[in-house]
Amino acid sequence: MSPRMVPAAADRAGRTDRPLAITVDGAPVSGIEGQSIAGVLLGAGRLSWRRGPSGPRGVFCGIGACFDCLVTVNGEPDVRACRRTAREGDAVLTRERE
Amino acid sequence: MTRVVVIGAGPAGLAAAEHALRAGATVTVLDEAERPGGQYHRMLPRAYAARSQHRLQHGWRAFDRRQRRVREHPRCTFSARTSVWALEPRADLPPLVHLLRGAADAAGGRAVLDPDALVLATGAHDRVLPFPGWDLPGVFTAGAAQALAKGERVLVGERAVVCGTGPFLLPVAASLLEAGGRVPAVLEANPAATLLRGWAARGWELVPQAGKAIELAGYATGQLRHRTPYRTGRAVVEARGDGRVEEVVSARLRPDWSPVPGTEQVLPVDAVCVGHGFSPRLELPVAAGCALDRGEFVLVDGDQRTSVAGVYAAGEITGVAGAPAAATEGAVAGWVAGGGDPAGITRLRRRRDRGRAFAARLARAHPTGSGWPGWLRPDTVLCRCEGTDYRTLRRALERPARSGARAVRLGTRAGLGPCQGRICGPTVAELTARSGGEVCTVHHRPIAQPIRLADLAGTPEKERDR
Ligand SMILES: Cc1cc2nc3c(=O)[nH]c(=O)nc-3n(C[C@H](O)[C@H](O)[C@H](O)COP(=O)(O)OP(=O)(O)OC[C@H]3O[C@@H](n4cnc5c(N)ncnc54)[C@H](O)[C@@H]3O)c2cc1C
Ligand code: FES
Repeated sequence: MSPRMVPAAADRAGRTDRPLAITVDGAPVSGIEGQSIAGVLLGAGRLSWRRGPSGPRGVFCGIGACFDCLVTVNGEPDVRACRRTAREGDAVLTRERE
Repeated sequence: MTRVVVIGAGPAGLAAAEHALRAGATVTVLDEAERPGGQYHRMLPRAYAARSQHRLQHGWRAFDRRQRRVREHPRCTFSARTSVWALEPRADLPPLVHLLRGAADAAGGRAVLDPDALVLATGAHDRVLPFPGWDLPGVFTAGAAQALAKGERVLVGERAVVCGTGPFLLPVAASLLEAGGRVPAVLEANPAATLLRGWAARGWELVPQAGKAIELAGYATGQLRHRTPYRTGRAVVEARGDGRVEEVVSARLRPDWSPVPGTEQVLPVDAVCVGHGFSPRLELPVAAGCALDRGEFVLVDGDQRTSVAGVYAAGEITGVAGAPAAATEGAVAGWVAGGGDPAGITRLRRRRDRGRAFAARLARAHPTGSGWPGWLRPDTVLCRCEGTDYRTLRRALERPARSGARAVRLGTRAGLGPCQGRICGPTVAELTARSGGEVCTVHHRPIAQPIRLADLAGTPEKERDR
């Protein structure tokens, strides 16, 4: 019961996926080329990755308006995961800055 | 030659670009997304190499022709992955356009444009009223669920309830089903009587929007009807679960949206997709100094001119009526901004007027009731960024001396988080107004998009259109 990708074989859009690997807090996570970082995380079954003031947070608005989905990418903090396209080898940190 | 800059490449912005080109102008189109289309014609990432994208879209061919015509035009510069973070007003001239190119929220890529005319077509984001548990993971805006399904092929949950108000709930449910999910119910908060009054009155207004009406009727009578009940006068009043959504409680609503006690039903779900209409993205129009219509939308005249010289507005920022109406407004705005003769587009303008009538009809059929605070609890979070709850806001509003908008913000921190009140702003403004407090212009954000301090301090590359 978690979010997932539509399997390419069953996708009416006729996708040709090229796999992509990033790390999230050091652990490898696989996605496909072209996905946003939020898409990779959701596609891997993760619903939340950040601590908000009242509990865990993931994607809410999906288009860059709510800032719920913030992550650190390759050392750059406060990147909206729903807007940033994932690149091979991206090192994503979900922990808040100390 | 007139240099027109168009901000936003959704239905409104693309049509504006096309008609400004037709009028003879040189056009630069800016959009923060990787591909044109905006929220309606959301294209899959190029890397997906999708052969049959048209199967996911209404009106794909016409859109695809238009986006190619614009992008391949010799007088057009199409600049994707470019966000406008500020507009700098100038006397008697349209504002300077400050932009950042490249990956979202990355450092570098700062530049500035100096247009003769500016078309604003920045669209909207979902409006969501708070309810207990709406901050749990698994609660998405309806638009987010739609964007992920259509634009990335990610299904947000296997069993998702779609709720809120507006015709937009139907395409969202259809996309979830198409992507292989189940939708146990679509819950429209307004009662059937309100919908009928709004939709049935003055039927002739619907004729020019027939495309939209047929699209909606298709959802209502197609596969959705057999697989998903559409229930009116009912809303999700609570989402529950341990660290994520596991079930929702829905309740019947009175016409004013106050929940009827004793009508609660529990529904197991793993996702909630909720939307109560749309909030126009007004940061840039406000930064440019454009006057607003009742504080809600950008005020425009019959030629889509705003109150600022050389600045035009089109699409959802001037009223919410769906993609066809947005495109018609964009066409008028682009034509006039590009130096075209307004007298030469009488038919287009008439079509635009009917689009506006459609917006009024939508608003009548899907109003926001005033009784929704009835489902709030003292500990319901209102501001997702700062965690401000209903109790804290009410306390601040009870002290008349402190209930000025600024005092409420500083005292409760609602609206001071990273989203700068984009999500909670309308809620806090409404609750403040009802308690008799003073309401501030929630859209005033001098920085419309995040910018790194190093970029702010650096000098931008000055760009001139050809
Ligand atoms: C998430 C979401 C999904 C939606 N999906 C559908 C749907 O499937 N079907 C439907 O009928 N309606 C949908 N809608 C409603 C939709 O808003 C309208 O139908 C239509 O797209 C409005 O057209 P527009 O041109 O006014 O704005 P939009 O289509 O929203 O286009 C605005 C464009 O401006 C760009 N932009 C905004 N600010 C900036 C900036 N500062 N710098 C650079 N670029 C910027 C955005 O990236 C966007 O591409 C959706 C709305 C949302 C919020
Ligand atoms: S989910 Fe709202 S900004 Fe990313």
